[in-house]
Amino acid sequence: MPNILVVEDSPTMRQLIGFAVKRIPDSKVIEATDGVDALKKLSTQKIDIILADINMPIMDGLKLVSLVKNNPSYKDIPVIMITTEGAEEDKKRALAIGANAYLTKPIQTQELMKLVSSFLE
Amino acid sequence: MEKEAILSKKAEEFLQIFKKGEEFTKDLIKENERLRFRIAQLEEAIESTGNEEKIRLYEEQIRMLNQEINSLTERYKKVEEENKDFAAKYVEVESENNNLANLYVASYQLHSTLDINEVLRIVMEIIINLIGAERFAIYLMDEKTNELLPVSVEGLNAQEMPKIKLGEGIIGRVAKDGESYFASNTDLASGKMDISKPFVCIPLKIKEHVIGVIAIFSLFVQKKAFTNIDYELFNLLAGHAATAIFSSKLYTQSERKLTTIQSFLDLLKEKPKR
Repeated sequence: MPNILVVEDSPTMRQLIGFAVKRIPDSKVIEATDGVDALKKLSTQKIDIILADINMPIMDGLKLVSLVKNNPSYKDIPVIMITTEGAEEDKKRALAIGANAYLTKPIQTQELMKLVSSFLE
Repeated sequence: MEKEAILSKKAEEFLQIFKKGEEFTKDLIKENERLRFRIAQLEEAIESTGNEEKIRLYEEQIRMLNQEINSLTERYKKVEEENKDFAAKYVEVESENNNLANLYVASYQLHSTLDINEVLRIVMEIIINLIGAERFAIYLMDEKTNELLPVSVEGLNAQEMPKIKLGEGIIGRVAKDGESYFASNTDLASGKMDISKPFVCIPLKIKEHVIGVIAIFSLFVQKKAFTNIDYELFNLLAGHAATAIFSSKLYTQSERKLTTIQSFLDLLKEKPKR
């Protein structure tokens, strides 16, 4: 049963992303509202993939990716960034920090589902 | 002498018999050869007849196999066509599913609260995350002055956003006529930003009564054009956002009035001090 951590400050996006990835068989969606909340969730349960926004209060998505990828316990967890930042340099920066994939909003739910499934295989 | 004659006669008879035996043996050998030759001829004939039969059978089998191949090819083509149809339908269904998910989430979120600020935040989230707008403003109608006041602004300086009179410019006209305005794709592609010329202007309507306007001035770089779901979302916002904003405003006002009345009642209940 894959545990999918959705890190988003927007309830609308959390619900939409949850809606999309719940279609992956046996998946469980865990929600976090910012980077700090995500780290708490990571420390208490096994997470198979992280879907994170970039612009969030308290701790943004880039800081979260950096902490995750520098932690030996979490470094192998794939991280997909889902953001409104569509510039090429934003994408390069996120991938350089360690993000495994980069999706821009507005998202296509089937595209997200395919991407998440490919990392869970 | 007589014995010799008898012996000679017997020898003669034996010789005759032997000769007859020899001739008979020769005849047998001849007959054997003739029969062997005949057998060989027959075998050859049988063999040639067998080959023809085999060829006929093989030809028949080839004909049947060809028919089967043709039939299978036809079926394969049909299945392939069906498969293409299914794949196209699957893409269509997936796209429809994506659209419905967007509409469901937008509608669900819009009606999830009665707090006016929360409703405005949700409308903004929908415009940013589901439509992909970078700069936009939500105007609400001031019924007393008949002016549109910017209540929520994204990507622009709120202080610089002017009040707009009913019927003035694109935004004012949309509020007056209650009809959505969409700029052409060429205007969208140009990417020029002008707060008097929004790309999209949606009236927030409760039935025919316009309570406000959403004006979008620019989209994110990755958003090149509007899709069908965007127009669906604009329609949803026009109706549902208006209802949600109106209900939450009424609720906030009634809550405020209730608090005032309650305070007044509490005051009346207090015993007069002498």
